[in-house]
Amino acid sequence: MKLKLDKKDFENFLQSLMNEYDLYAPVQLAEGVSLFKKIDQPGEVNLTQLHTQKPAKDLFFPQSETMFRYEKVGNQNQMTSMEEVKRERILFGARPCDIEAISILEKVFVSEEYTDVYFLEKRKKTTIIGLGCNHPLSTCFCSSAGGDPFLRAGSDLFFIDLGEVYFVELLTEKGMVFHKNKFFKEADPKDLTLVKELEDKAFEKVGFSIPVDGIEKRLDLMGESSFWDRIHEKCIGCRICTYLCPTCHCFDIVDEGEHQRGQRVRNWDSCLSPLYSLETSGHNPRPTGRERTRQRLMHKFNYFPKKFNQVACVGCGRCILYCPVHFDIRQAIIWTSPKRPKRFGRGAI
Amino acid sequence: MEERSKAIQDRIREKAKELLSKKAVDLIIGFGEWTLPLRTTPIFIRSPEGVDRLIWNSFCENNLATYLHKFSHFKVGIVVKGCDARSITALSLEKRFKPDQLFLMGVPCQRMVDRRRVEKAVKGEILCAHEQGDQIIVEGEDFKKILKRDDFLYPSCQVCTHRTPTQANVLVGDPIEETPLIETHPEVEEFDKKSPEERWKYFEKESSRCIRCYACREACPMCYCAECFVDSSNPNWIGKGPSPSDLEFYHIVRAYHQTGRCSGCGACERACPMEIRLTYLTQKLNWDVKELFNFETGIDAETPPPLSTYETEDRQEFIK
Repeated sequence: MKLKLDKKDFENFLQSLMNEYDLYAPVQLAEGVSLFKKIDQPGEVNLTQLHTQKPAKDLFFPQSETMFRYEKVGNQNQMTSMEEVKRERILFGARPCDIEAISILEKVFVSEEYTDVYFLEKRKKTTIIGLGCNHPLSTCFCSSAGGDPFLRAGSDLFFIDLGEVYFVELLTEKGMVFHKNKFFKEADPKDLTLVKELEDKAFEKVGFSIPVDGIEKRLDLMGESSFWDRIHEKCIGCRICTYLCPTCHCFDIVDEGEHQRGQRVRNWDSCLSPLYSLETSGHNPRPTGRERTRQRLMHKFNYFPKKFNQVACVGCGRCILYCPVHFDIRQAIIWTSPKRPKRFGRGAI
Repeated sequence: MEERSKAIQDRIREKAKELLSKKAVDLIIGFGEWTLPLRTTPIFIRSPEGVDRLIWNSFCENNLATYLHKFSHFKVGIVVKGCDARSITALSLEKRFKPDQLFLMGVPCQRMVDRRRVEKAVKGEILCAHEQGDQIIVEGEDFKKILKRDDFLYPSCQVCTHRTPTQANVLVGDPIEETPLIETHPEVEEFDKKSPEERWKYFEKESSRCIRCYACREACPMCYCAECFVDSSNPNWIGKGPSPSDLEFYHIVRAYHQTGRCSGCGACERACPMEIRLTYLTQKLNWDVKELFNFETGIDAETPPPLSTYETEDRQEFIK
């Protein structure tokens, strides 16, 4: 169903969502710094940044999450599981890459083999409103990772900014719930033309190809390659690229206990930290940056596709933008391949 | 390219080539070009043929001294700005290096450009940038803007009075007159004016953005503890999640651990993906140490930092 929303009605529209749902959308914490947060006032929503620093994964797999609480009452041990999401949620303004990443996380957290109730509950109770990328950044390479700036897959509703109005598509049953929202109007044919123009322009911008195809096979032969000796050198071992990655999903579980009560908490963890693989004996099977950088790339581009038939990278470019020493994952991918793309993003290689 | 930078770059390459050819060092750590504008990247050169990858410009923002911990078994030639050299001197006082293990190629520094300031000054994505004289010229898809370089410097660079490396083995540029561009760090000045409550509020707001990626710690050459207090689980000094009190605890201890050891290079702040202001704290501590102990980090290679020593004749006027 193709509709539109006048931007004059935008805040009222958000308010109408908030009456029924908990609304999560990008909020600016400081100039140039934003993340997805629960919205209290519609005016907080800020879509100026293409990518928030923290990706939308934070809403499904939070940086820190209490799994259950325990308490000793008399002679009884009481445990309370914390997975319940009390109110239905809407995620608004996520970009196609972040949404694709949520479906990648779903493969890990929800399968026949294993179901993570914490993730599943949040996923089930969330309606996703995607937002197309009219102006992909030059660090975006979604098209090489199987996505595109206007990919609808995973969204229940999809918004495209046409200047004065948002073009709105209702894509799923969850999305169709909103077809009677009073702020939506029928879209005009000229809106459709404009959408096509924007799509063409954005596709042209990300039209280059980083050789992600076949990387799994290439990496099969590179386990002990000297490639790893050099590629890790500048990495200082911080966790930015893994924490800001919409698909990275490693965690560490800790008990935060007092005398009679406590809670079990799951926190994000990062394979780039030496602590991640440090064993109780003191032995560390990934003793240097070489092994840790290899793990990061192998997990994304070899182990993950082997298990799930898809690379664990959506080409959002956050790890390139925010790396303090300017590690460029596109370049790492290119180095694994004899194929050199004619151009990619900005700058020359 | 800016002429002075070009001359420095030539001398860096020349010296690096000489050191590698003579096998005086195993590798050179310097800056190279990479994919994004307004940025450079740390590079590691091992053969004389590779030296042409070394560059110099106003975007060489990293403190390369942080890599020296990785190369403790090698003889290293390293490109250093004034602040980086001071970190190395401070590390030497902490006995981190063997004698003659390092060869410092000191660059009298023109002060580094704050890429985020530049990005915020234009609308649209910057696709290329270059320097011309005292200007930075940035271009995007549909704009070209000429900016005055000195208006877009890192705060830590604006106040710097030690731009010429003091303990370098060789200077690859002419020494620079040591005057600060502005007298006080703008954020320290503002912080100083605040009441204790307001200070806490500001600190609380800044640290609340922390995602505990520890980039500030990893970027800092002085943060090299075998086990950082945040990583220890026994004793468990600090919770591992992003609760406000844990974030504040981390940031207070990180800053205080730098007292008398921080060269004020600003690497911590530059590394932070959440743009948390950090140097107002460390710089404030640096100035306190200067005022109270008449000590500045990494200026001379003999005097240990005041908080690492004890003498019965210690001055105590400041204890009130």
